[in-house]
Amino acid sequence: MTWADLSLIAPELALAAAACAALLQDAWATGPALESRSRGPAAAWIALGGVCAALLLLGVRPAGAAQVGFAGMYVRDGITRVVDLAALAAAGLGVMLSPPYLERFRLPAGEYHALLLLSTAGAMLMGASRNLVLLFLGLEMLSFPLYVLAALARRSRRSQEAGLKYLLLGAFATAFFVYGVALVYGASGTADLSRLGRAPDVPLLHAGVAFLVIGLGFEAALVPFHAWAPDVYEGAPMPATAFMSVIAKVGAFAGLLRLFPQALPQLAPAWGQMLAAIAVATMILGNLAALAQSNVKRLLAYSGVAHAGYILIGIASGGPAGSSAVLYYLLVYVAMNLGAFGVLLLLERRGEEADRVEDLAGLLGRAPWAAVVLAACMVSLAGLPPTAGFIAKLYLFRAALQDHRVALALVGALTSVVSVYYYLRVASVALSAGAADAVAVRHSRFAGVGLALAAAGVLWLGIVPGAITALVQQAVQALR
Amino acid sequence: MEAVLFGITAVLALAGGVGVVAARQPVHSALALLLVLLSLAVDYLLLAAQFIAALQVIVYAGAIVVLFVFIIMLLHTRSGEGPRAGAGLPRAGAGVLCGLFGLALLALAAGVRETAPPPAPGFGTIQDVGRALFGRYLLPFEAASALLLIGMVGAVALGKRLRPAGDPSPGRPQAPPAGGPARAR
Amino acid sequence: MAATLLIDAIKSAVILGGVLTAFAYVTLLERRLLARFQLRVGPNRVGPLGLLQPLADGIKLIFKEHFVPAGADRLVYLVAPLITVVAALFVYAVIPIGPPVRLFGREVTLYVADVNIGVLLVLAASSIGVYGIILGGWASDNKYALLGGLRSSAQVISYELALGLAVLGVVLAAGSLSLVDIVRAQSHLWFIVTQPAAFVLFLIAAFAETNRAPFDLPEAEQELIAGYQTEYGGFTFAMFYLGEYVGVITMGALITTLFLGGWQGPLLPPVLWFLIKVFAVVCVFIWVRATLPRLRYDQLMALGWRVLVPAGLLNLAVTALVIVARG
Repeated sequence: MTWADLSLIAPELALAAAACAALLQDAWATGPALESRSRGPAAAWIALGGVCAALLLLGVRPAGAAQVGFAGMYVRDGITRVVDLAALAAAGLGVMLSPPYLERFRLPAGEYHALLLLSTAGAMLMGASRNLVLLFLGLEMLSFPLYVLAALARRSRRSQEAGLKYLLLGAFATAFFVYGVALVYGASGTADLSRLGRAPDVPLLHAGVAFLVIGLGFEAALVPFHAWAPDVYEGAPMPATAFMSVIAKVGAFAGLLRLFPQALPQLAPAWGQMLAAIAVATMILGNLAALAQSNVKRLLAYSGVAHAGYILIGIASGGPAGSSAVLYYLLVYVAMNLGAFGVLLLLERRGEEADRVEDLAGLLGRAPWAAVVLAACMVSLAGLPPTAGFIAKLYLFRAALQDHRVALALVGALTSVVSVYYYLRVASVALSAGAADAVAVRHSRFAGVGLALAAAGVLWLGIVPGAITALVQQAVQALR
Repeated sequence: MEAVLFGITAVLALAGGVGVVAARQPVHSALALLLVLLSLAVDYLLLAAQFIAALQVIVYAGAIVVLFVFIIMLLHTRSGEGPRAGAGLPRAGAGVLCGLFGLALLALAAGVRETAPPPAPGFGTIQDVGRALFGRYLLPFEAASALLLIGMVGAVALGKRLRPAGDPSPGRPQAPPAGGPARAR
Repeated sequence: MAATLLIDAIKSAVILGGVLTAFAYVTLLERRLLARFQLRVGPNRVGPLGLLQPLADGIKLIFKEHFVPAGADRLVYLVAPLITVVAALFVYAVIPIGPPVRLFGREVTLYVADVNIGVLLVLAASSIGVYGIILGGWASDNKYALLGGLRSSAQVISYELALGLAVLGVVLAAGSLSLVDIVRAQSHLWFIVTQPAAFVLFLIAAFAETNRAPFDLPEAEQELIAGYQTEYGGFTFAMFYLGEYVGVITMGALITTLFLGGWQGPLLPPVLWFLIKVFAVVCVFIWVRATLPRLRYDQLMALGWRVLVPAGLLNLAVTALVIVARG
């Protein structure tokens, strides 16, 4: 290990240090009491500081050629950069949107922020891994905090149930992933992703890769590994749901990017078909199931499943076009999904989460800005112009067409049309008159800034996508 | 000699695996698991990984399964028997599925016909493992340490005693919270 | 090949025989010494100086009725004491009792095996030994036995950590996990001098590992009758008894090897030095039992986790720093 190696992982180190600082601060403020007493924003400020430091460290590093460190384990290239950006955006927004909720529902702030930061670091490691061992550890680092976060509301049975469910199914999926790593290693004699491309084409390799897909597909909530998503999304405390809904996708798709278009281009015909089939099933099932939901958390869970299907189009199409579309979509998804959850986080119905669609009624009258942000995010999730969701889907479908996967693009477009119904239903309820009197809106400057940032991202990426498009296209240049 | 030993440990490990699933009492399941782990430790020895073999015994057999046994005994004080949930799959069906899976694996593995080269001198010793851990595998090693930190934070966050809601005074000890997930792992 | 096997077999037999004899006489030693500490006489009727007492005890135990409690899990009930004995005796495969000697024109080492990971094997054996206790307590279908078994295994697991940390300090100082190398590394200075904190830690943890006073809570008769051994009698009881006392001798041998320079010493033959040192440590064990009262259970756990483990970590860090600083 050298200083160069250390400077490569500087953003991850900043996050880990901030996580430890948040824990220690909490312990210091709490003293010997059983439950954390520091519900003030101290932990949030520390976490935000960590995220900003990581962003800064990411920014000062020149976007040059790929740099490999830690004996070939870790690579910092364009893809790493964009994945880091997406993960840090998720963490930053997640931190900014949660304080009012944490305070109201008495969640332990120190643990919450520490776990959030470490999970983010896990997703970043996945995006930078050049070795299956590191990919696996990144996956674990990403998902383990999410299991805990899902169960963090100790007084809520549903939260406990969600955590346990997520843990058990997640452990199962992880076992598949490890088994896949073992099989791939057995077939190719290496866990190094950069050398996997020269592996002999034996059935064992295919079996191993299929197992890897199960592990990553679980985290990304792809059909048929999505069954956990609605229950866990619904049961988990809402800030955890919001954060998990984006960070898990960022990590899982970063892993899929590293695995398929990058490491195994020679097997493209085989896995392209498989992934395309999964993508079609995911899009159809996710969107149809979302139609019937009256709980916004469940609705967004199925919406998350559907979006996983869209993003998978990019992976299945492969090549630079598909990969850059995936990266772009991840950035957009972070902004629009967290924007939507951020508005829900401000609401409260009689001491509970306001997570029914009708709770949103009359939002325009009481919190016009929040209602507008929610509407913008819903429009973006539905993929309508002038928002970012439109551009992102456009890139994906274009990549599919370039790869002559017309069916994929067609199913994507059709299901998007279906999705317009349920997204706009939420938006129209929020913008309608009428009032759900039991629902209170809390105001928080911290969350307000977060919402503004998310909304700005959704509009900016939709109206002037040039800069970010250039960034993601530069990121995948090495794939050509 | 090695093949014979491997045969014995393989049969023992498989028997243990079946025992874990089939045993009626949880404690017997845990003991069968112990058998699996010890057989694997011998397998590691056959693979010239003596340090890993010792760790397998110390960590898995000596700590983790002991904790399993512990929890089982604390939960079912009365001779370790608990309510038995109905199996989701009929036994015969499960057996057939396992057999099919095994056959599929065999067929897959049949494509690989390479014998590994004999290990280099010093392979599997603690010096060798140490060099690998703090050299080539440094980053995964440190990531694993972060993972353990996460596990601890999670266990504490989910396992510590809660004050009853709305009661500001540190009340009497509550019943332990239902299944801290991180603890179960 | 065959000759080596034969030599190994003979060595194993001699060492096992020696350990079992030592076990028998340590029980006598303990009774006589305790008696002296308490100004009593102790058993001195069977044979000269009571030297045949262990034999009499053994015969008595063997001819006692063998029974299994009605609600017991037969298999586990019978296997548990076996595990204890095997784990306790296994350790002697790696403990060196002297340097290689020439016998009948052949170089013979005075240990069964010098493995690269000797210390780890010792720890592994002790961690397997826990099963004897916990399963014995569970299989008896008796609440006192179960509680004793749980207590005892919790105690052993907790203190195993401190024990391991103390050993690691020595391992760092010696630069090897092989017990033979560790003894050789002490040819100039014993580790009790360079690693005093590790020695104290190890000694305390050793008392707890062997379930001896002041940590003999598993058998606190006021609360738990005889703990995990409550339902055992006759020969199976003897096996637990054997496991316990062999454990004491093992700890003596380990302390000798790790901290007291092993077989090394002036004038006397090496093997004798080894035996003398082990004898001295065993006497300390008995002396402590006669002197100190039993701890309360929460005090025991607090001592293990809040004092010994942090101290062990600190010792390890300091040792590592010193070694790195010296280059």
